[in-house]
Amino acid sequence: MAKLIQTEEENMLQDAARALLERSAPVSRLRELRDQGQTRDDALWQEMVAAGWAGILVPEAAGGVDMGHAAAHVLAREMGRTLTVSPFLSTAIIAATVLRRCGDARSQAALSDIASGSRTYALALDESAKFNPEHIALKAEKRGNGYVLNGEKQFVVDGSNATHVMVLAQGEDGLCLFDLSADRAGLTRTSTEMIDSRDAAQLVFENVEVSGDELLVADGGGADLLRFGLEAGQAALAAETGGLAQAAFEMTTGYLKERKQFGVPIASFQALQHRAAHLWCEIELTTSAILHAGRILDSDPQNATLAVSLAKARATDTAQLAVREGVQMHGGIGMTDAYDMGFYMKRARVAAEWLGDYGYHAAQVARLRGF
Amino acid sequence: MTTDSGTEFADTPDFRKKIRAWLEENCPEDMRDGAGGEGEICWGGRNWTFASEGQKLWLERCAAVGLTVPTWPKAYGGAGLSREQDKILKEEMTKLGARSPLDSFGIWMLGPALLKFGTEEQKQHFLPPIARGEIRWCQGYSEPGAGSDLAGVQSKADDKGDHWLVNGQKIWTSYADKADWIFALLRTDRDAPKHKGISFILMDMRSKGVTTRPIRLISGASPFCETFFDDVKVPKEQVVGEVNRGWDVAKYLLTHEREMISAGGQTMGAGRPLGAVLADSETGASDPVLRADAMRTEIDALAMELTLERYKDQAEGGQGVGDASAMLKYAGTELNKRRLELVMAAGGSDTLAWEDGRAPSWLRTKANSIEGGTSEVMLSIISRRILGLGA
Ligand SMILES: Cc1cc2nc3c(=O)[nH]c(=O)nc-3n(C[C@H](O)[C@H](O)[C@H](O)COP(=O)(O)OP(=O)(O)OC[C@H]3O[C@@H](n4cnc5c(N)ncnc54)[C@H](O)[C@@H]3O)c2cc1C
Repeated sequence: MAKLIQTEEENMLQDAARALLERSAPVSRLRELRDQGQTRDDALWQEMVAAGWAGILVPEAAGGVDMGHAAAHVLAREMGRTLTVSPFLSTAIIAATVLRRCGDARSQAALSDIASGSRTYALALDESAKFNPEHIALKAEKRGNGYVLNGEKQFVVDGSNATHVMVLAQGEDGLCLFDLSADRAGLTRTSTEMIDSRDAAQLVFENVEVSGDELLVADGGGADLLRFGLEAGQAALAAETGGLAQAAFEMTTGYLKERKQFGVPIASFQALQHRAAHLWCEIELTTSAILHAGRILDSDPQNATLAVSLAKARATDTAQLAVREGVQMHGGIGMTDAYDMGFYMKRARVAAEWLGDYGYHAAQVARLRGF
Repeated sequence: MTTDSGTEFADTPDFRKKIRAWLEENCPEDMRDGAGGEGEICWGGRNWTFASEGQKLWLERCAAVGLTVPTWPKAYGGAGLSREQDKILKEEMTKLGARSPLDSFGIWMLGPALLKFGTEEQKQHFLPPIARGEIRWCQGYSEPGAGSDLAGVQSKADDKGDHWLVNGQKIWTSYADKADWIFALLRTDRDAPKHKGISFILMDMRSKGVTTRPIRLISGASPFCETFFDDVKVPKEQVVGEVNRGWDVAKYLLTHEREMISAGGQTMGAGRPLGAVLADSETGASDPVLRADAMRTEIDALAMELTLERYKDQAEGGQGVGDASAMLKYAGTELNKRRLELVMAAGGSDTLAWEDGRAPSWLRTKANSIEGGTSEVMLSIISRRILGLGA
């Protein structure tokens, strides 16, 4: 397997990503959007599109740069550092991975639209408070050449802004995945005001008519289709969360060096030093799991479940520790809205739940490790 | 088999095939049981009695081709393998269930330090006997008054012109009663600041004036000793590195020791996967707390394995991972303690009889986060040297 260190190419991508995000999407930008009641930043997304990020997993033939998952994780991690608001994960990772698996012309066109920035996606999956992709009630009934969808989805990340929705539904012969344009009769989208100030929506499907063409089918059968998309999304979310943890950690150690009490920097207190060192160790362990997941997704995507769940579980846990310690070690200022740490804490909480929480992924690891 | 050690392997393109064929042909049947507990280790040395003919043959055959110390240069008894090849060798050994032919403090600790700091003569003289398992080394660092504060050692070596005269006491010297030689930290300048007056000195344990007294551990075993030096005469050339600069050697050696402890910690006393441990347990399927603990531990153990891998990928040309070894040591040993707690909890009262064997392993792991520098010291190293937090 490829080495667990970043390649030269990945390092360059990281530098470029950091420069772009520090310029166009620092945390202060999230604050601005939040204060304006906005959950989208179209100019930023177009900048990312121009930089090739939207097409990071899109084949060159469809206008993408096709750099693979490990490279996508480099971008996701950088976005995690600055809490970047964008449809990157839903669109460029999850939707693109699913569409790539469907070899048909329609999906190719959709991939081109993703790479060119003319379409964005949301994945409509959850129907209850916990991630549970096997238990789906939203119904897809056959009618003529098409289907009729009825049911509800919640916690649809990017659901109010996306131009398209991928919907997981219960068909007559099992689960099926649809690719729909979001503006259509019978589909109501209500955005939720989320703690992380990002876009999530509730979707109600009332006799939504879709054509047979909008049902996605994979080359090798439909069953794996969503799994590939989900695993790609889970791993990228782990990378984003890892970046978040790293940034919260750096903010914290920076503060430890700067803040003085009892006439000395608080960094001189061993109680804090050891907690910071412990957190750093946790971040190191998680970094390895994330790198590994990227390598496996690029080399052996059929067998990536263990690597992905390991990364998502570790990243979830580490980020929670990083933000808890972050707030505590800042003292009172860490609790203020004016300080950025709170944004990290709230995003970490949302990322923990999205696409499966620690318990969900721990159970996957346990199953695959013979528990 | 060739006599020039290792020539068969290094630089061959089909390395995996070659090494697999060699292992299959040469590894004795009774050395293929995958065992690696403390009781099965082949330590070598003048006083060593082989547990079986197979153990002896396995050591001799490996030593003849440099495979007891695969990555050491051929000139000093190694096989000159690259890290990549070494990895393949380990993988093939695991597949076959082959035991390690030889383990020792000479291989893990002194060897790397000599390769970096030793003179050519010292390397020629001391490394090949380590590789062949002829000389067994012990580590004379800790003293009653100098544990975590290792640079506070007081045992001293006085310059007597044509020799050193050594006096003092070491403690917690693992296997001092079985070892042939000792590498020790001794004070050679009492007026210098404490880190600047220490030398790294090699001594034959048969020298007049060296005595040892075993100390019994909570696990019932007695692998470590107090070691006394009473007017021991030591030849001048047995200093490694510069006189009074022994701290550099000591620190470098410790990074290797820490890597070794963290990696060994992965399997020590608990080579079985946690899934199997749970499966064997009466409550492994029904006790949600036990399961949750085991799942968490498994996740962390997998991340730890990947981190060992990543750090090795990062370290160039066998230079070791430096200060980051503190992280591996801290995380690896704390994890190993959790693992053995689970083994005990899963096994219930079956584990409580001495003869069961799990309790000694469990107790032994408690030392992992003490020996080679405590967890607290590791955290201090990380915060000061890596994170730049300090007074
Ligand atoms: C099984 C075993 C084998 C060993 N083998 C060898 C060997 O072969 N050769 C050898 O030389 N030594 C050996 N040791 C010794 C080992 O290296 C020491 O025990 C270790 O360095 C700790 O020193 P100490 O026992 O004096 O504890 P102390 O240093 O007294 O520590 C006591 C407690 O105080 C904490 N503490 C100390 N200083 C600080 C600080 N600055 N900040 C926060 N906490 C602190 C420690 O973490 C620990 O919890 C062995 C030990 C064991 C248990």
